[in-house]
Amino acid sequence: MGASKGAGAARNGSGKNAGGGRSKTSRPASSRPASPKEQKKYQKIAQQARPRPPVLINCIKAFLTGGVICLVGQGVLNYFIRIGVKPPDSGGPLAGVMVTLGALLTGIGVYDVIGKFGGMGSALPITGFANSIVSPAMEFKREGYVLGVGARMFQVAGPVIVYGLVTSVVVVLIKMAVMALTGKS
Amino acid sequence: MAQSSQVLLTENRRLGKQTVQFGHPPAIAGFASVVGPKEGQGPFGKLFDVVKEESLLGEKSWERAETMFMLEASRLAMRRAGTAREDIDYMLAGDLLNQIIASDFAARELSIPFLGLYGACSTLAEGLGIAASFLSYGIARHILVTVSSHFDSAERQYRYPLEFGAQRPVTAQWTVTGSGAFVLGPTGNEERTPRITHWTCGRVVDMGIKNPNDMGSAMAPAAADTIQRHFEDTGRGPDDYDLIITGDLGKLGLKLATEVLKRANVTMGDSFTDCGAIIFGNDQDVHSGASGPACSASMLGGPLLKRMMAGEMDRLLIVPTGALFSPTSFQQGESIPSVAHAVVIEMAPGEAEGRP
Repeated sequence: MGASKGAGAARNGSGKNAGGGRSKTSRPASSRPASPKEQKKYQKIAQQARPRPPVLINCIKAFLTGGVICLVGQGVLNYFIRIGVKPPDSGGPLAGVMVTLGALLTGIGVYDVIGKFGGMGSALPITGFANSIVSPAMEFKREGYVLGVGARMFQVAGPVIVYGLVTSVVVVLIKMAVMALTGKS
Repeated sequence: MAQSSQVLLTENRRLGKQTVQFGHPPAIAGFASVVGPKEGQGPFGKLFDVVKEESLLGEKSWERAETMFMLEASRLAMRRAGTAREDIDYMLAGDLLNQIIASDFAARELSIPFLGLYGACSTLAEGLGIAASFLSYGIARHILVTVSSHFDSAERQYRYPLEFGAQRPVTAQWTVTGSGAFVLGPTGNEERTPRITHWTCGRVVDMGIKNPNDMGSAMAPAAADTIQRHFEDTGRGPDDYDLIITGDLGKLGLKLATEVLKRANVTMGDSFTDCGAIIFGNDQDVHSGASGPACSASMLGGPLLKRMMAGEMDRLLIVPTGALFSPTSFQQGESIPSVAHAVVIEMAPGEAEGRP
C-alpha cells in the first residue's frame, strides 16, 4: 500500500483534525435555496473563470471559409453567363447548384467538418442553408419519412424561412408607404 | 487489520443531515465498463473492459446501440460477480434519454425486477446509494446498478443533428458513449474487495446558470455543496481520501467547484479531480471535457476500481454530478438546477464478517 500517498497517516489523525483542509472557521453548508444575491455572486465568479473563445482567429477562419464558398459561387455564376444565361436570370440556377453542393457535402459527412472550422462563414451562405435542412432529414430518417424526415427537416431552417418571409413583407410595406407618400409608382 | 472493524459496522447510522453510514457495507462484487471508440483512444483506454470499434454496434438506431452498451456491461458485471440473472433481486438503471428508454429496453432483455432512475449524469450515485441501502437493510441479496449514455443519441435529443455544421462553444462538453455496471452483494470474490461505506444524498442547487452549453458552471455549486456537507456530516476532510473525484464537471466546472469550496474554507488538494476533465486527452478536441452518466460510471467501472483492486487506492469519494434540465425547460428560459451525490468506496475484506 505504499502507493497510497500517506493517506493512512492522515486517517489515523482524523479524530483530532478531520482533514487538513478543513478549519474551525469553515462556513457551515447551507440548507436553503440560494438567494438572488448568492446567485449573482456565483455567476460573476463563473463568468470570470470561463475561457474566452478565440474571436479574432474565428473571424479570420469564417472570412476565409465564407470567401472560398463565395468564390466557388462566383465561378459557377461566371460559367452560366458564359454559356449564355442572362445575368438577371442566373441567380436561380446558381442557387440550385450551390444548394446541391451543400446537400452533397452534408450527405457525405464533410459539411459538419467545414462548419466546425468555418463557423458562421459556412453557415451563412446558401450551402449552409442546405446543410441545415439535409442534416436533420438524415438524422431523423429513423423515425420514418413522415414524422421523422418530413416533420423535422425544417427544425433548424424553419425559423429562418419564417422570419425571412416576415421581414420581406415588412420591407415591402415600407416601400409601398414611401412610394405612396412621395407620389411615385 | 485495525481498519476492517471500523469499515464493517453492523448497524446503519445516519450521520449529520444528509449522510448514511452503512452497516455491513455492501461489496461491489462485480463491475464492468464498455465504451465507444473515442473513449478507447483516451488516456484510460486500456483500462476499460471492452472498447467498441464503432458506436452504432450494427443496430438500426443510436438509442438501440445505447441499450446494447448497457446490456453488455451488465452481463459482464454479473459474470464477474459470479451471479446469474436469477440471483439479482433488483436492477437499478438510468440514462439521459426521454423516459430513460435505454435502461427500460435493457431491463426488458434482462427480465430482472426493475427500478428506473433519473438523476441525469448523477444517476450512478443515486443507484449505488439506493442499492447499498436496500442491501444494508437486508431486503435484497444482489442488486445490479447500471447507467449509460451515448454521444449520438444525446446530441440528437439535446442539441443539433450530427451532420449539422455548427461550432461547439469553448465551454461545451462531449457526452461519453458507453456504460458502467456494478453488481452489489454481501461478499466480494477477492480477499479484499471494494465496499460502499457511506452515501451522502445531495440537494438540488441552482445558481441561475442558463446556458446548456456550460453545464460545468451549473453543476459545480451542487458538487461543492455535497462535498462540503459530506465532510461536515462525517467529520472527514480532503486528506482522508486517496482520491475525490466528481462526475462530469469538466475542466471549467472543476475549477469552479474548487473555488466555491475554497470560499467556504474547504481547501481541496491534488487528490481532487473530475472524471469528465480526465477521461479524454487534451488532443481529443472535447473543449471543456466529457459529460454523461457513463462518464463517471465507465471511469468507476474501469480505471478507478481496477486501481483500487490493484492496491493503488484504499479510499475513494466519488461524486457524480447531474444537470437537471430538459430542452423544454431551457427553451422556456429556465435556469439549470443541479444535483450531486457522494459515495464512499473503501477496500475491505471480501468475506462479510459477523453477518447474520
